Amino acid sequence: MATTNTAEPTRRDFIHIATGTVAAVGVGLAAWPFIDQMNPSSAVLALSSVEIDIGSVQEGQQSVFMWRSKPVFVRRRTKKEIAEAEAVSMNDLPDKLARNLNLPEDAPATDKNRIEKPEWLVVIGICTHLGCIPLNNQGEFGGYLCPCHGSQYDTAGRIRKGPAPENLAVPPYAFIGPTKLKIG
Amino acid sequence: MSGNSTYEPKNGLSRWLDARLPIMRLAHDTMSTFPTPRNLNVWYTFGGILTFCLGVQIVTGIVLAMHYTPTAAAAFDSVENIRREVNYGWLLNFIHSNGASMFFLAVYLHMFRGLYYGSSKAPREVLWILGVIIYVVMVATAFLGYVLPWGQMSFWAATVITNLFTSLDQIIPHLGGAHDPGLGTTITQWLWGGFAVGDPTLNRFFSLHYLLPFVIAGLVVLHIWALHVPGNNNPLGIDVKGPQDTVPFHPYYTVKDGFYLCLFVILFAFLVFFAPDFVGNPDNYTTANPLVTPPHIVPEWYLLPFYAMLRSIPQKLVGVLVLFGAIATLLFVPWLDTSRVRSMRFRPMMKQFFWIFVADCILLGYLGSQEPQAVWHLGGVDMPLLWPARIGTLYYFAFFWVIMPVIGLIETPRPRPDSIAASVLGNAQAAE
Ligand code: HEM
Ligand code: FES
Repeated sequence: MATTNTAEPTRRDFIHIATGTVAAVGVGLAAWPFIDQMNPSSAVLALSSVEIDIGSVQEGQQSVFMWRSKPVFVRRRTKKEIAEAEAVSMNDLPDKLARNLNLPEDAPATDKNRIEKPEWLVVIGICTHLGCIPLNNQGEFGGYLCPCHGSQYDTAGRIRKGPAPENLAVPPYAFIGPTKLKIG
Repeated sequence: MSGNSTYEPKNGLSRWLDARLPIMRLAHDTMSTFPTPRNLNVWYTFGGILTFCLGVQIVTGIVLAMHYTPTAAAAFDSVENIRREVNYGWLLNFIHSNGASMFFLAVYLHMFRGLYYGSSKAPREVLWILGVIIYVVMVATAFLGYVLPWGQMSFWAATVITNLFTSLDQIIPHLGGAHDPGLGTTITQWLWGGFAVGDPTLNRFFSLHYLLPFVIAGLVVLHIWALHVPGNNNPLGIDVKGPQDTVPFHPYYTVKDGFYLCLFVILFAFLVFFAPDFVGNPDNYTTANPLVTPPHIVPEWYLLPFYAMLRSIPQKLVGVLVLFGAIATLLFVPWLDTSRVRSMRFRPMMKQFFWIFVADCILLGYLGSQEPQAVWHLGGVDMPLLWPARIGTLYYFAFFWVIMPVIGLIETPRPRPDSIAASVLGNAQAAE
């Protein structure tokens, strides 16, 4: 078979490469639906905003609401808790970013940047370490203590100690009345 | 599967089949006449025991799946229904849940055996690596299965383990714009099929939990194939030199394996009938509650050492890398062990480090079961358990990456016998 030994590309080389390429691209394209089916479905994505009434939450208390199947902590902070959170120096914060989806990404983690109104702390109640639900009013910083691996948060939901890398996330939300919140 | 076949079809039908599909020949050569070193001890019976365990999990699992409902609303009740109402459901359920523990007990003994007798070294590297892959798939299967009863531990195990991937956010914090989730969160939500562990998660975990044991079965076939090319290693770690060193697999090892399997099943039955919840966690008798994490969450006993390693590291991404690194390290053992001698019977120094390693794994397991803030009171001094966990983790890695290569080079091994036959029968008889 003389044709297979020529240095010039032959029609046979062409059909080999063309077939191989089409097969590889085809496998890649065919795989995508099998991968993407696992992503959140349209029904899950449709549940992306909720309106809640927080009027019944008393000072010093916290209520938990569900948003996108995640718990959202709504905490009505006492004067003392607000003062404590405001007094914290940036140097004491392991995570210096506000993690507030209502603000630019590089906003610093001051207490002001963590809230809309000083009285109300609204954060996603999921430990940024591995996803457990932190316990309210526990730990050395008066905020939260995560039972799983001991991360501790302050009264602005900022990480202060332990393996969690980030402050508790502030969800996108807005006040639509004096005691009405829209989350999402 | 390799070497010369000794199969002789006895009649017309078997000759006919042998010329078309030599399946009887395969069975005969692998399970009956296969030449096996004559000095295999009890630690070599666990391969057979593991195959038994896989069979038990598949058979009990398939029948449990006939009664189980994979939805967040019904899963917990369906498992209770299996236990209380389904005929013999309690038995099937306890065999399956304790079967997982017995499976891991056997696999750990099997792995320590391999380390001790140098079974991972040339020419058995591929055999060992297949074993590590089987172990990883077993861990995945057990994790997925543990989620199915949808108790508190199920739910929070699923949450914590899937969240391990969010540590990748520390590498790529945003895919797309500034407020888009990072690489890790994207992967985690893909695993969940939502924004938290929920119905879609449970459903896919059930599908995969059903699939993976059959993947394991396929890997086991490769594992045994890779065993039958070089043949068994043995407690002396020296090569088989001729027929005087071996005996046929049947009846010698079918009976030996069978005997120890009986002892294993007695222990298994004891757990199932007298202590069915001994290895379980009482929190898993509470239905999953996405709003409350139990005060003390722990994995099943067979994953505790890795959990201790994860918790001993204060940085999230590093902790996760250490966790996966601990298992990935096993893949390199065939090349990390630099000694000319396989069996630690003839390695006076390495033997000691080996037993410290076994103790280290047990210690890490214990530490993993304790609360994260736990403290030891040692004669007036308070030591947080974090410190022994850190030292234990360090030893785990040092054992493989430092001690194993270095000792292999500097140690003087003890003299080894001339042959397996000489060791078993005494030199005079072996010479005949
Ligand atoms: C490698 C083999 C397997 C391992 C290590 C394994 C492990 C587990 C574990 C740890 C559980 C939780 C037990 C409990 O607390 O109730 C479980 C549950 C379950 N597994 Fe498996 N399993 C295996 C094979 C299978 C197979 C082959 C099937 C089905 C085809 C299956 C079906 C189920 C079902 C339906 C449940 C939930 C019902 C129950 O808890 O009784 N498993 N498995
Ligand atoms: S999940 Fe909160 S500290 Fe680990």
